[in-house]
Amino acid sequence: MRRPRDEKLSGWGRVPTVSAHQVLSEDLASITTDVPLSRGLGRSYGDASLPAQGDRRVAGSVLADRILSFDPDSGILRAEAGLSLREIVRLFLTRGFFTPVSPGTQFVTLGGMVAADIHGKGHHRDGCFGQYVTSLRIRVADGRIIDCSPTKERDLFRATIGGMGLTGHILEVAVRLKRIPSPWIYFESVRVPDIDAYIAALKESSATWPQTVGFIDCTKRGRSLGRGILIKGRWADPKEAPPFPPPPKRERSVPFDLPSGLINRLSIRAFNALTYWKHYAPVKRGIIHPESYFYPLDAVLHWNRAYGRRGLTQYQCLLPNEAGPGVARRFLELMQSHHAASPVCVIKDHGPQGIGLLSFPRPGISIAVDFAVGDRTQALVDALNEFVIREGGRVYLAKDAFTRAAHFRAMEPRLAEWEAIRRRWDPERKFRSRQSVRVLGDDPAPGTTRVPEEVHDASSSGLSPAPRSRTA
Amino acid sequence: MKIVLLGATKGMGRSLGRLLVERKHDLFLLGREAQDLARSARDFEVRGSRPLNSVGSAPCDLAHPDSFPPALDAAEKALGKIDAVIVTGGLFATQDKLEADPDFTAQLLQVDFTGTVLFCEVARKRLLAAGGGTLCVFSSVAGERGRKPVIIYGAAKAGLSHYLEGLDHKFSGQGLTVINIKPGFVKTGMTAGLPAPPFAGDPDKVAKLVLTAIEKKKPVAYVPGPWALIMFVIRLLPRAIMRKISF
Repeated sequence: MRRPRDEKLSGWGRVPTVSAHQVLSEDLASITTDVPLSRGLGRSYGDASLPAQGDRRVAGSVLADRILSFDPDSGILRAEAGLSLREIVRLFLTRGFFTPVSPGTQFVTLGGMVAADIHGKGHHRDGCFGQYVTSLRIRVADGRIIDCSPTKERDLFRATIGGMGLTGHILEVAVRLKRIPSPWIYFESVRVPDIDAYIAALKESSATWPQTVGFIDCTKRGRSLGRGILIKGRWADPKEAPPFPPPPKRERSVPFDLPSGLINRLSIRAFNALTYWKHYAPVKRGIIHPESYFYPLDAVLHWNRAYGRRGLTQYQCLLPNEAGPGVARRFLELMQSHHAASPVCVIKDHGPQGIGLLSFPRPGISIAVDFAVGDRTQALVDALNEFVIREGGRVYLAKDAFTRAAHFRAMEPRLAEWEAIRRRWDPERKFRSRQSVRVLGDDPAPGTTRVPEEVHDASSSGLSPAPRSRTA
Repeated sequence: MKIVLLGATKGMGRSLGRLLVERKHDLFLLGREAQDLARSARDFEVRGSRPLNSVGSAPCDLAHPDSFPPALDAAEKALGKIDAVIVTGGLFATQDKLEADPDFTAQLLQVDFTGTVLFCEVARKRLLAAGGGTLCVFSSVAGERGRKPVIIYGAAKAGLSHYLEGLDHKFSGQGLTVINIKPGFVKTGMTAGLPAPPFAGDPDKVAKLVLTAIEKKKPVAYVPGPWALIMFVIRLLPRAIMRKISF
């Protein structure tokens, strides 16, 4: 019998890339009996969805995408873990429901949204996705299938929300969808001259607007450092919304890998200036398609190919309110002192911590930057992490590919409590990922001898060497 | 239309079922496992904005011809008149696996050929008795020509395709529309783990092509489209070449 072929698996950043077999079936319960990790659409940026070094297999959830029930009175949707947000939006937007919390892409599964306890532009008001999850069905380490909720097996529930799939395989999710007044968004965007004005405007807007987000130019220096566009939004009132539903969006795609050096400091600076001056009017407002508003980057499929074969990493950190209003400027200056540039720099406002024990957000701001991966990326992430630790912040595991275990421990005072629950449900640490080996010090597949071939980039996979990227 | 769908819980059948309910057709599901059928029925109800329990289902196993009449009785009872019967169910295994496992080979031949033909016999008699209707059956491009990677599976599908062609010739004048769907490589749970060719299909797109074939009463539909061209070339290749290539 022919053995199923290994394939190249990676997160959205395409670093690292490993050879492994993704087991796929409509029957998720049947393929999760002896596999150490589940994977959804692979949109986490780093190594969270990749099997640990000695493991060959990962269970893919995407074919398990049935809706099991929907109650229009309560808004509670129950579905198999592989159902994508894209399908949820497609099916429920015109019925007056939307995900209670939306990340920046629709290409995520329900299971992934729970495992990363995703947040969105409305975190300061709505919190994280996990707060709306009413129950989970999980295959735990001893093989049993357990139902848990905020009231039943609460520890397992809290450890699974934001637990990066390390407490078990999420098989089914029940979540309360949000009722919306119309399927359109009303937005107002303002051009802001520098980072301090941006942070002040962000905090002020968050008091009155349910959704706030902004992009800043992290390449400008001095007075204009962090100039940007702040976007405020809310669901449009039926009276102001167009009388028809938002039409389906056309799909465009980056068809192949672009050269690795294309995204460099020069092009990033030009791109940032263009983004800023495209918003020439000081204030813009109006009605916008919800997909353009929530998922601007989804308009171009495979946009990660723009970074070429060497891939990208996203660094997202939370800087707490206690760090003071100047912390964003200090962060950007540190980045610049390392000659790091990012085409997109997103800064969001955050409210109270959610119920997930390892959930990323807490009151403060988060900064997300994309770096083309290169020789200096590890040193850059180390330096940023040391800054974040000093300021009392933390990083988002769904994005992370480079954080060291010692740094993660220093950021996470909650880790001991989470690990105690994990020990109770999975004493042998059967569930593990490449990320958990890196940041939690898990054993890479005890007892296995065969290590899968690892491909960091083109130069180590025997292909023609990629040009060294100049950024980061 | 009121449609009976055999094999709605997985793969192309699942995608087709979702498209049909979203286009406001009424469905009744047939399949092997009652619990799995019920889960798919709930999925279709929510996706089609239907009330709870409005999509019915009944157990039906292509390996057990005894199950066919009661299953179709239940479908008739639930739907009233049946406009179309769609059969997407079947077994698949690689040639290597089948060569190593004669028991499974017997089972596959029973399900994909004997069972499917017997089911179609029951279904087409009922459709004809009610004045006509559509019988849409998923065969495969594997049945186009004897090929190394699909010798046994292809033989079953070749027999099925011949049967469907004959049905069309005999009964098209009496109101029976027979539609033979010939999928090429489509990315589903059935083909998971196999290396996908560059022109592999997506089940949701295939579902749209199948619905178009049903609406336009196309007797044979290759899905996705490029497979018609590929199989045209394959049919023309001389034996000497077929012996050499591994496609």
